[in-house]
Amino acid sequence: MSNPHITVKDLTMAYGDFVIQRDLNFTIDHGDVFIVMGGSGCGKSTLLKHLIGLQKPAKGDVFYDDQSFWQAAAEERVKVMRRIGVLYQSGALFSSLTLAENIALPLGEFTTLTQSEIADLVSYKLALVGLAGFEAYYPSEISGGMQKRAGLARAMALDPEILFFDEPSAGLDPVSARLLDDLIISLCETLGTTIVVVTHELASIFAIGTNSVFLDPESKTMLATGNPKTLLAESSDSRIIQFLTRGEGRSAPSGQAGDF
Amino acid sequence: MNDDSLTSPAILEGYLQIKVTEASTIVEVSGHWLRNARVRAVETVLTELAGQPIKQLSFQATELTAWDSRLPSYLLKIADYCNSHAIDMDTSALPGGVQSLMNLAQAVPERSGARRSAQNTRLVERVGNATLGFINGVHERIVFVGELILAGWALICGKARFRAIDLLIFIQDAGPNGFPIVSLISLLVGLILAFVGALQLAMFGAQIYIADLVALGTVREMGPLMTAIIMSGRTGAAYAAQLGTMNVNSEIDALRTMGISPMEFLVLPRMLALVLMMPLLTLYADLMGILGGGLVSYSAFDISFIQYYHEITKAVDLTDFMVGFFKSIVFAVLIAVAGCMRGMACGRSASAVGDAATAAVVDSIVYLVVSDSILTLICNQLNI
Repeated sequence: MSNPHITVKDLTMAYGDFVIQRDLNFTIDHGDVFIVMGGSGCGKSTLLKHLIGLQKPAKGDVFYDDQSFWQAAAEERVKVMRRIGVLYQSGALFSSLTLAENIALPLGEFTTLTQSEIADLVSYKLALVGLAGFEAYYPSEISGGMQKRAGLARAMALDPEILFFDEPSAGLDPVSARLLDDLIISLCETLGTTIVVVTHELASIFAIGTNSVFLDPESKTMLATGNPKTLLAESSDSRIIQFLTRGEGRSAPSGQAGDF
Repeated sequence: MNDDSLTSPAILEGYLQIKVTEASTIVEVSGHWLRNARVRAVETVLTELAGQPIKQLSFQATELTAWDSRLPSYLLKIADYCNSHAIDMDTSALPGGVQSLMNLAQAVPERSGARRSAQNTRLVERVGNATLGFINGVHERIVFVGELILAGWALICGKARFRAIDLLIFIQDAGPNGFPIVSLISLLVGLILAFVGALQLAMFGAQIYIADLVALGTVREMGPLMTAIIMSGRTGAAYAAQLGTMNVNSEIDALRTMGISPMEFLVLPRMLALVLMMPLLTLYADLMGILGGGLVSYSAFDISFIQYYHEITKAVDLTDFMVGFFKSIVFAVLIAVAGCMRGMACGRSASAVGDAATAAVVDSIVYLVVSDSILTLICNQLNI
């Protein structure tokens, strides 16, 4: 457990000649709830794409358990990708499949379980995200929040060691967003899953984050890494303080920050 | 533990034993409870439990080596059984993670009425559903055509609202961009007509009448019909896919709530573009078809271009062109209606867009062939 789970070294992200972020260096430990934060357009989602293998870095590399991800052969990379689960912003459920079929897809492809065992696992995963009984529904027949939770059930289908979330609370009402946060925490605690969340929701950042990286769109690099609460208390960078206090500065009643 | 491809070939096993004592029944789980392990079917456990009078059920997991989602999902089936048979279940001896996952899964009870299963419908029911679906489809079509007529009336009154630039883009797309495929297909159809006809006519030494056959056949039938079939696959399907995708993204809803009629804004310019372009394309297709026939006559049957041209001017008069022209306008309307209607009625998923495009092409080809037959019959009766 001493080695970091994910290490990002000298990562530079670019679209063609246009650099999004440069010189990113940070580590994500086993069991962390790691927040990727920063203002709009700073490259949070692009960083996520680099971590999960959808976009190749312009420079630098990502290491999973000290094993290079981008230098590795394509088959090795696929092996790593099978250890992770991703919840996309809008769920990204296959619209022509029912919820049960969506979740059963990776189980059917990568395990030797029988149909009835898969059905039991699917029901269990749906129950975990509070969607018991919705097996036969199509994604278009349920609400956005439910689609997101179903997407989470699919991301968890193969019990991944690392779960990535792209803006999990976007488009959810505060209560649903809170429930999703609670779900993330309890999954992290019971399964020991490492969790990486891309978000700019302050409430979520303080409620669930144990570690983080702050990306700045102006200087095109990271400004800080560490527990968001510690950053709020100890950072000397005004941009971080502005972000973490909604632009009110540290003079705002600081006791509130932790109670979100 | 999570990557199935990394595990050793040795087969892992998870064990479950039911021990009945006087005080309670103990379910002992041991070994590897992993996705790739072999585990006895849960049904056999439930039957074994059903065979005995149980008041209280507890667990023992001291010999449990490893577990993943397999274990809680399995135990939940037993928990369901206990719930429905009023058996007191004690999970305290299970690993903490398993307990909390089971609690989490049971935290949100199943919403009543939510569950539904794929039931086997009876034949009568299916016939009934199909009939209702058919009636519904006819009704939808009538409503669509009605709305379209209203939008057309608004256009005539000069009140229809759409962007001129959209119309120009659709014209560009339906007209000039369709030239290459229309050229190729019409030329080849002309060639084929000439060849098939000439072989028969040559038996009577009447090769010169190839010109009549090709010109009349192309101008009255093949020109408009082939152009229409090309356009239904090219443009009709595109319309259905465009409007269907807009529907998926709620763009059509956005237009409605802005107070803009999607019928006027989306359907009218598409239909206008097709109605304006199809007759021109058809005329061009006629030319290419006749040219194709001419090539065959000249190269294979020794008929000079002058002879061919002269014969054509005798065989075809303006009425024949007008018949083809009229058909092409009717076909344009039908293609636009089929494409736009399927697009507007598209469901809200990615696969629904594909279905809409397919249905649009099938619909428009059926409309085309049926209407062509009717028009030909009418022309025949009226001696046009």
